Amino acid sequence: MRNDGEKSTTLVKRKKRSSNSLYDSTTTSTKGWVTKIILLGIVDAVAVFASFMLFMQEQWLPLIIEIAVVALVNWIYIKRGSLPAKYLAPGLAFLVAFQISVLVFSFFTAFTNYSTAHNGDIKWSTGAILQTNFATTDDAASYKVSWLKDSKGRPAELLSLQELKTDVNGEPILDPDTGEALFSYTDIKLGVQGEFVQAVDRAIVTWEKPGPDCLTVGSDCGYAVAIPGYDALDVNALSKAKTNALYELKFWEDKSRTGFINLAGGLDTAVASTQIYRFANPGGDYSKPSLTKIADPTLVFKPSKDGYYRQDGKIDGERASETGWQVFVGGQNFGVIFGDQKLREPLLKIISWTIIFAVLSVLTTFIVGLAIALLFDDARLRGKKIYRSIMILPYAFPGFLSAYVWKGLFNQKYGFINTVILGQPNGAINMDASLNNVPWLVDGTVAKIAVLLVNLWLGFPYMFLITTGALQAIPAELTESATIDGATPSQILRLIKMPLLLVSLAPLLISSFAFNFNNFSIIYLLTGGGPTNTATGYDAGETDILITFVYKIAFSTGTGRNYGLASAFSILIFLVVGSMSLISFRRTKFLEDIN
Amino acid sequence: MTTTNAPTVAPRVIKKKRRSFPKWAVTTGWKHLIGLGLIVYAIFPILYIISVSVTPGTRVDDANNLFANGFSIDAYVNLFNDPDRPFARWFANSVIVGLTTALLSVFICSLAAYAFSRLRFRGRRGGLMTLILIQMYPSLLGLVAIYGILENVGRVFPPLGLDSLLGLIMVYLGGSLGGGTYLMYGFFNTVPKEIDEAAALDGASHARIFFTIILRLVSPILAVQMLLSFIGIISDYVLPSILMTHAENLTFAVGLQQFIADPYTKDWTTFCAGAVLVAAPVVALFMYLQRYIVSGLMGGAVKG
Repeated sequence: MRNDGEKSTTLVKRKKRSSNSLYDSTTTSTKGWVTKIILLGIVDAVAVFASFMLFMQEQWLPLIIEIAVVALVNWIYIKRGSLPAKYLAPGLAFLVAFQISVLVFSFFTAFTNYSTAHNGDIKWSTGAILQTNFATTDDAASYKVSWLKDSKGRPAELLSLQELKTDVNGEPILDPDTGEALFSYTDIKLGVQGEFVQAVDRAIVTWEKPGPDCLTVGSDCGYAVAIPGYDALDVNALSKAKTNALYELKFWEDKSRTGFINLAGGLDTAVASTQIYRFANPGGDYSKPSLTKIADPTLVFKPSKDGYYRQDGKIDGERASETGWQVFVGGQNFGVIFGDQKLREPLLKIISWTIIFAVLSVLTTFIVGLAIALLFDDARLRGKKIYRSIMILPYAFPGFLSAYVWKGLFNQKYGFINTVILGQPNGAINMDASLNNVPWLVDGTVAKIAVLLVNLWLGFPYMFLITTGALQAIPAELTESATIDGATPSQILRLIKMPLLLVSLAPLLISSFAFNFNNFSIIYLLTGGGPTNTATGYDAGETDILITFVYKIAFSTGTGRNYGLASAFSILIFLVVGSMSLISFRRTKFLEDIN
Repeated sequence: MTTTNAPTVAPRVIKKKRRSFPKWAVTTGWKHLIGLGLIVYAIFPILYIISVSVTPGTRVDDANNLFANGFSIDAYVNLFNDPDRPFARWFANSVIVGLTTALLSVFICSLAAYAFSRLRFRGRRGGLMTLILIQMYPSLLGLVAIYGILENVGRVFPPLGLDSLLGLIMVYLGGSLGGGTYLMYGFFNTVPKEIDEAAALDGASHARIFFTIILRLVSPILAVQMLLSFIGIISDYVLPSILMTHAENLTFAVGLQQFIADPYTKDWTTFCAGAVLVAAPVVALFMYLQRYIVSGLMGGAVKG
């Protein structure tokens, strides 16, 4: 414990030195120390485990970063002082890991062509092209597969060349018992992962149906099932990931890496295939990679600037494959946003609807909320509590459920609103207005109204609550003195209450606007942005707001995923919403609060 | 009802000034009429769900007569007997993720807010502004990045990767810090600094001031904050729908949707039963903490 003298000097000095000294107590209780050590211990234990995993996977850069971060954390908490760091470190760690990194990632992505077709680096993409571009002719050799593994555990295929047994007329001979076609097995090959296919002497394999004449060609011994030096591999017992790896196995016939044998269909048959492209990578570092068409060696494909293998690497050359890799494309995505004629019309429509939606959502909820608040701002009115409790139900009800429920209520054929409230015959399908068959979520304009109605239902309780709070915060003396001065109730409302209300509620109204500007869930879950019009090649619906539109650009499977374009959009949205909020905060003197 | 206070018989001894019916109707009676209308508007979708959930049948129109088509709790039984759609598991997942995130995020945000509110350091103002700006980024669009981060983390440390509850919690925590810290900062500022000074004079350490004084003083607001963040998280659809794949790892926001996603096996009744079970505790909590929630909502707007 410190003595009194120290304390008072600390306090005196406080005004001269940084004000932190008030909190810079030098005493820490034993309990505090123990807690601190235990917490740090847990963090360090997890960190040691993670470093171990990183080390095993030879991820050197992440390992260095991880060690540095953990060292920094230990240093911050063990060292005396540096209080702000102690309190900020946990939050900062999460912020950097999940928000700042996301921002940085999105910022970079906005300048790349990252999309379904450009989904990795050149190495990954080349691998994918080579993996998927091969030809298998109809009369290609077909093999029966027996799964083995060698002494190192590498999977191996024992391949028995299978030929349909045919009678003198060339018709397949069927098994009299099962009715299935019969095969004869001849040429035996062995494919081991990472090695070339090798021929196997018919005499050394074990046959499915061993017999005395199995060593001669063309006998009915079934196919080869085992070979000395290899153990059987039970493929049915493997995990899904390992089975998938087996499917991707390719056994090259020879060093030219042109012909190979791979699985066809199931795990028990394989076929001989030929590669379409030959890959050359002098130096092994992808500095000058090229794909040459094996059937026509004059066709050489080289990387072009837009992330594809194109003929001779020219930007307008023919592509070797639709699969490309991620490259920086500069401002191309922003160019599309501001310059693409096909995008312009749907985009302008979406932007204007986004603004209309956000403004109307705030206005309608605020007006209704304010009206109720004024209505209930009456000491003589009884039962206010009950009214309030029931009226805030929509706000308390989980939002995603509300969207689903309203979707059901708005169902054109069977929904509650059409059939019960508007009294149409159940199941009416024609668009007869006299039957009150309102196409709630089907017609563009009506869907917009429906979305606003639902948002009003969701939002008016919030506005009611905050306006009530703001009304009650207006000092009673103000209204009393105005009454004494002879002001009528409407004058009091117009000239005193409203200005005060607006001043205190302005920040909340603005943040409500910002919230609705990006109100993804209500639109996405209620209408999915629809009714949709894909005529322009973009998946833009009538009720799509900017954020749902961009979400669809990034994640919709229909028109392909374009993360680059979506990220460019997200940066722009960020700039708009961010600057809007900054201006509003400035106007509401928020900044003075900070200083 | 408490609202039927209109005296229809002639007043006997006048204790209080009571109003005649016409006068009551003109002054407050019409307000009750509007209030009743509003109540119907607010409550009918909710009544509708409850009605559907206890109606036999699975179609969207089976319950349009509101409670009049018979009564059956089959849907509630179905909810817990479908091995492909483990509702109980989803419910537990949502509660685990929601509670853990709400607790941890409020705690971590309070730590940061304490620093911003009470300590003075270089970059404080910039830090606050950055926080406010960062949370403006539509986090939804960061999903590609979040997916990538979790995929990579999962390779090194599987319990934190894709399709894991812990990973989901981490992402929510990361996302809640900007806004949360800023809100807490506002609340902490309302606690007079003189209290800290008095405590420091008595020899309390910074940790003691934080944990035993400031946190305790703002605890009602913390509770509200936790509740709001809990509701926000269990209602979130997008993030778990992209990060979680196995049925047993879904949250109910994603899982429930499976009951009405496939047009051929659509089971509207079971969906509504699930919705009732999900909404009931949330609404109950909300009602219970009503008073605090209202003051919490006003936190940013009206001081005092």
